[in-house]
Parts: sequence; structure tokens; C-alpha cells
Amino acid sequence: MVATQRKTTQKKRFNDVVKAESRNLDFYYADGTQALKNVNLDVYENKITALIGPSGCGKSTFLRSFNRMHDLYTGNRYDGQIVLHPDNTNILDKKVDPIEVRMRISMVFQKPNPFPKSIYENVAYGLRVRGEANTHVLDEKVEEALKGASLWEEVKDRLHDLAFNLSGGQQQRLCIARALATEPEIMLFDEPTSALDPIATVNIEELMSELKKKLSILIVTHNMQQAARISDYCAYMYLGELVEHDLTDKIFTNPSKKETEDYITGKFG
Amino acid sequence: MAENNAKQLKDLDQIRALIQKHKKNDFIFAFIGMFIIASLTITLLILFLDLFFDGYPRLGLEFFSNYPSRKAIQAGILSAWIGSSLVLIVTFLVAVPMGIAAGVYLEEYAKKNWLSDLIEINVSNLAGVPSIIYGLLALGLFVYSFGLGQSILTAGLTLALLMLPVVIVATRESIRAIPVHIREAAFAVGATKWQVVLNHVIPYSYGGILTGVIIGMARAIGETAPVITIGALTFIAFLPPSPIGTEAPFLNFDWLQSGFTVLPIQMFNWISRPQYEFHVNAAATGAVIIVLTALMNGFAIKLRYDVRKKIKW
Amino acid sequence: MAINVMQDTVISPKLSKSFRRNFIERIIEFGLLISAAFAVFITTAIVYVLVSEAIPFFEYVSVYEFLTDTVWTPNYSIKRYGILALISGTLTTTFIALLVAVPLGTITAIYLSEFASHKVRETIKPILELLVGVPTVVFGYFALMLVTPFLQTIYPDLTTFNMLGPGIVMGIMIVPYIASVSEDAMRAVPMSMREGAYAMGATRFQTAIRVIAPAATSGIVASYILAISRAVGETMIVAIAAGQQPTFTFNPVDSAATITAYIVSVALGDLEHGGIGYQSIFAAGLTLLVMTLVLNILGHWVRKKYTERY
Repeated sequence: MVATQRKTTQKKRFNDVVKAESRNLDFYYADGTQALKNVNLDVYENKITALIGPSGCGKSTFLRSFNRMHDLYTGNRYDGQIVLHPDNTNILDKKVDPIEVRMRISMVFQKPNPFPKSIYENVAYGLRVRGEANTHVLDEKVEEALKGASLWEEVKDRLHDLAFNLSGGQQQRLCIARALATEPEIMLFDEPTSALDPIATVNIEELMSELKKKLSILIVTHNMQQAARISDYCAYMYLGELVEHDLTDKIFTNPSKKETEDYITGKFG
Repeated sequence: MAENNAKQLKDLDQIRALIQKHKKNDFIFAFIGMFIIASLTITLLILFLDLFFDGYPRLGLEFFSNYPSRKAIQAGILSAWIGSSLVLIVTFLVAVPMGIAAGVYLEEYAKKNWLSDLIEINVSNLAGVPSIIYGLLALGLFVYSFGLGQSILTAGLTLALLMLPVVIVATRESIRAIPVHIREAAFAVGATKWQVVLNHVIPYSYGGILTGVIIGMARAIGETAPVITIGALTFIAFLPPSPIGTEAPFLNFDWLQSGFTVLPIQMFNWISRPQYEFHVNAAATGAVIIVLTALMNGFAIKLRYDVRKKIKW
Repeated sequence: MAINVMQDTVISPKLSKSFRRNFIERIIEFGLLISAAFAVFITTAIVYVLVSEAIPFFEYVSVYEFLTDTVWTPNYSIKRYGILALISGTLTTTFIALLVAVPLGTITAIYLSEFASHKVRETIKPILELLVGVPTVVFGYFALMLVTPFLQTIYPDLTTFNMLGPGIVMGIMIVPYIASVSEDAMRAVPMSMREGAYAMGATRFQTAIRVIAPAATSGIVASYILAISRAVGETMIVAIAAGQQPTFTFNPVDSAATITAYIVSVALGDLEHGGIGYQSIFAAGLTLLVMTLVLNILGHWVRKKYTERY
């Protein structure tokens, strides 16, 4: 009900369905520095939204707000909302359990960070945390997730090997499988290829294009070519503020703001 | 010109001579350093060998199966090694869970406030309190205030207090080695704090914790002063009741209240006798203690080395 | 922009906090906190027990007499309790131990930190650790059975119980403590300092003595202070080999009891709970605790200074 109501009151900017939106989002670190200033940004369903901008512009801070990673460290403070659709929930609300949020919105980190456990256990962990103990279900879902992360063929014969024995690119795909196994609605990527070689990077990029058929993706990247290659929407941030948010094609060919153009053409940053 | 060259060459010669002299200092110091370490090691080796040779005549099976006796030749360490084992069981069961829990709390849960500061100060302070003070604490508190008497339970608890800082420090150090991004990965899939601790933090720091536990246990085996202070008997010719009963539930806890002696006290008792034959017994007991503690410490040192080598985050 | 239109958001039951799970998490956190806070309890208990048992003692013996009298005769008909008789033994054995341990420990530390190759260091450090693990009762045996007889061959008038032998053995026992803490301090000196010295043509020895050791002074001093604290609190070596007769003397060849040895000797006898003899060991223990506490705080403070510097 509420969701449909909302659609009528809001002018639609693009023809895609809004999956999540930040509304007037401010963020303060424990030491008092404000890392995000009044950020309003929509994340669209089955699309890849890329966040670009110079280091320290707040793009990672923004990404980590989506699964309440900042709650792990005391003293951090959010103002404003991040609303998740279709149920219209403000996931930053104090009454919302961050753990539930993380179960709906999963994350892949900058450096591959598999647990020092077997490949199988890495993927199954999210399911186990949810209380899934049935071996058949686990087997099935692990296989499905590894297939989804196009890793299955490479590891199906050594599921019980230590995850550390995989190559960097494989480890990152394993982390994607781990995030995928719990069937999240949104997947967050924090510079997922910055620690990988070019071939592994291409693999991950192709994988992301495949993944967006099932879910929505928000990615932080340092690499502008990458943003141009894979994203549907692109947002340029600077000093904690959202400067411009538009279709990727538009941003890279005809940005409406001078700052964006300077950054993209390499005059700045 | 030629004069200048000659002067430079002369300077160079002087510099070379100086360097030679300095290098000699290097060499002399390195030699002294090695000499000190070598002589320290050799001295200790001689001491240990002497201990073994002195005790050798007594080191037979009977030595382990006999009670202490007025006749040195018949005396053995049966009650002492059983006493030590039972005391260590209590120590282990108390110090290990508490030490790990405290370490986990301080690293994973504690927020920076007055309470965590107070706990920090106390933990580091406790590690520096002489062991005999723990003995006095146990005498006043466990023996008399709590009425536990001069029992295995009292001794086990006393040694647990001594071991606690060791386990806490080891736990904290190995937890600190786990990178933040591993914790974040677990939180990101929706784990609760306790799930992160139980499924990740404790398993990944297991090796380091185990090292600390073994070193702490080795120290507890050799601790003498606090156990004497609580008034452990030095002449014990009986065994505590068996912890395993013949009837259901097959466990009984009477042994906790039993009087006891431990290996180092038995050794101390024999050293204190004037007769030479008892000194032989003391040496044999010392050899047993040394072998036990050296094996445990050696294993712990190797374990730590392996853990450091194995895990590269 | 239209996006700014605020809408009331809803919280689905699925997303609201799980009461049960949060409750369990809180219980666990509380249990862990109790374990950690136990350390505070132990410290409090130590102070409480020592003070409460020592108070009746000081009603019998004035604090002034306790601190200034040099005779300690709890077993004589005229009982006198002058802690100086015990402190003299403690200080003498500690001093002898330091004479042995400070030079040996410092040289070992400098050697390990600045001279030894990686391989040598990796071999020697475990040996030092094994040394730390040797029970003190065994060291006591060495002092009484080997070191004192050996000293008697040089100085035949030496009595069986003396402070020299146990002091030396205690020194050997403490070498690894000084070596390892000092080495840590020297290794914490930044590499750039070493490079600076080497770039000017200094040799290893010059770098170690003129640059590294001065830069690590506070850490090295802290290791000495910790060593003193160890020696003051050491019990079994002196109880076995230095004798248990309280005597006011600083002569290393004399037999004398330390504070710790006195506590052991009383504990070995039949203790009458609540008697003056029983209380006297708590008064002695309190003195010992104060001494080590002052040393530990001092050592901690000095050590903190050097960790702050880099």
C-alpha cells in the first residue's frame, strides 16, 4: 500500500524501479568528522549503480551505511534515512536490527577476505548463521551460489580444501558466492577488483553483469573505465556530497556539472 | 699535487687503520656475547645433567608407585604426582575458560571507558605480583574465609589465579592478530557478535591460546611457594579419593576436599632433610619436574612457531 | 527535488530487533564481562586480605617499631618484629642477583638485537624461553647442592646457608627476563636510526652502544626494574639456600632470611589461625606487595615512555 502510494507522489526520474534510496543522509564518525552531507541517491532494481570520486570523498562510507557496517564501531552516527523497497523500511532506524539488514543486503570487500575455513564452509556460513542445518539444503545452496559466482567448475572437486589455497581472483569469487548464498536483495561491492590482476578483474566484471539479473548492485570503484564498462547508473561524489547522479552514458559523455567533467577527464583527482 | 695525493693516501691509511681497530671491537663484542650465551647454556646443561646423574639411581618405576617413606630408598612420589595432576585439573578447568572469556571481552567487547581501563591495569598488575602473595591471599580467603581448608580445591584455585594473567595475555595477543576484515566479512553475512566470536575469533586464535595455556600449566606444575603458603602437607602417605566412582554417576568430588602434596613440595621437603639419601630423591623429583616442564614449554614454543608460520592473512 | 519528499517508513516484523537473540547476546556479554572483572576482584581481595590480617598485627606491634627495629624474633620469649631484618636479606640477595643479571642480560640483549643473524636469534630465543620455564625449586636445589659447594672450594669459610650462592643463581634465573625485555626495546628502535649511523661509517658495536642503546634506555631500565621486582618476590631459591634465620646483615657470606623465606618457614610450621605468628606473615606479605607494586608501577611508567616515543 504505502509503496504504491509513494510512487504516485514522487516524480519518477528514470524508468527503472527504485530498490533503495538514501534520503538526506548525513554520517559522522566517532571523532566528529562529517563524512556524508545530505546524500540523496536512488539504487535501481536489477541495475548496477557505480559510485566514483577521489579517495576520501565518502563513497565507501556511503556504501557501508547500506549494511550498517558503521554500527560495529562505537560513536559513529547516522542522520537521515536509507529506505529499502518494496516494504518501505528505513534500515537506519534504531529499531531495525542491523543483523537483519545484513541478511538482506550483502557485501563484497576490497581485499578478498575468505575465512580460514574450507571453500564449502565459507559459502555455507551465511546460511548456517540463519539457522540452516539441513545438509541437503546446504549442499544445494552452496552449489547454486558457487555456480552463480562462476566458481563451481574450478572448485567442485575440492570443496573441502582451505579457501586460502585459491588464487586471489578465485578467492574474490568465493567471497561473492558467500554473499550470494543467502539470496540478498542488494549486493554491495567495495572496490572489489582493486587487489586483483586484469584477467581476474574481467571475470569479476562479467560476473557482476550476470548477477544484476537477479539483484541490485551498488559498487564503489576507483577505476573510471570500470564504472563506464559495467554500470547503468553512475554517481560522482566529492567531499561527502553527491555532486551528480545520472545514467552512466550521460555522465561519461555529457555530464551536467563542471566538477564531474573535470574528474572524468582527469583534470582533477 | 703529488704532495696532496700523498697526504690523501696517508689519510686513507689512517682511516683504514681506524676501521680495523673498530672492527676489532665489533669482533670482541660479538665474541663476548656468544661466549656469555654459550656459557649460560652450558652451565645450565651441566646443572641439569648433574640433577639427572644425582637422581638416576632412584629413577625407576617404583619411584613413581611408592609413597614417601622414612627410608629414603623406599620413598617415592606417588602421592605427589597424583596430587599435582588433580590440582592441575582444577587449575585448568578454572583458569582456561575464565582467561579466554576475559581476553575475548577485553579485545572484542570492551568499550574504551573507565571500567575497561581499570580491568586492563589490574590484569597487567596481577602478572607482576609475586606468587607467594597469591599464597597469602588463598590462605586468608580460600582456606579460612571460605572454609575450603588445605585441600586440592584450594591449591587448584590458587594456581588458577596465577595462571589467569598468562591465559588472558595469550588470548588477547592471538585475537589481536586476526585482521578486522575477517570480522567484517562475518558481520556482513549477518552473524551476531557472539557468532563472530565463537565461529571465527576463537577458532582462529586457537593456536596462540593453546600456547599460553600450556606455558601457564607448565608454570603451575613448578609453583611451590603459594602451595606451601596455603599449608599443603609435606608428608602424605595416602591418595585422595578416586574421582571416578564405581556407581552412577561414576564421578565423585570428595577428592576436591582431600589433603595433598605436589611434586615441587615433595622435592623441597627432601632437599630440607639433612641426609644425603634424601637429596638423591630430591634430584630425581627435580629431574621429573624438569622433563615435564621442558617438554610442555618446548611443545608450546614449537606450536607458536608453527602457528606464526602457517597463518598469513 | 521530489526525492526529498519524506514518507513515513514502516518496519516489517522481519526486520525489527529479535528480542530473544538480543537477550542471549547480552547475557553472554555480561558473562564475559564478569570474567574480565574478576581481575579487579583478585586485586581487591589481595589488598583486603593482607590489610585486614595485618591490622591486628599492627595493634600488637607499632608501625614505627615494625619499620625501624632490626631484630625479628617471633619465636623467642621476647618477641620482636623489625622488618628491616628481613628486608636486609631481601635487598642483599636482590643486589647480588642484579650484579650477575644486569651485565649478562644487557650484553645478551645487545648481541641478540644487533649482532646475531636471524638464524642464531631464532635458536637462542627458545633456549631463553625454556630457561624462564625452569621451576624455582629446581634452581634452589642448584644453589644449595652445586653453587654453594663450588663457592666453598674458593672460600672455605662459607657456611652452607649463605646469600651469595642463591643470589648468583637468582641472577642467572633473571637473565632471560632482562634479555627479552631489553631486546624488544632495542628492536623497537626504528631502522632509520641504524641506517643513519651506518651511513656515517659506524661499526655495529658503535651503532649499538652509541645509538641503539641510548635510544632504548627507558626500555632497558624498565627491564632492570622488572628484574628487581622478580628478585624481591622470589621465594624458593632463597628459602632453600639462604637459610631461614632472620638476621640484619648485608654481608653476602652470611646466612639470612628474606621476607619471602620467612613466610615459607612460618607456613611450613603449625600455624595457629589468628595468632601473632599467623598475622606476622601477612604484615610481611604486605611489605613485599608494597615493594613490588612500587617497582611494577615504576617499570610500567618507564616502559610506557618509550612506547610513546616512536
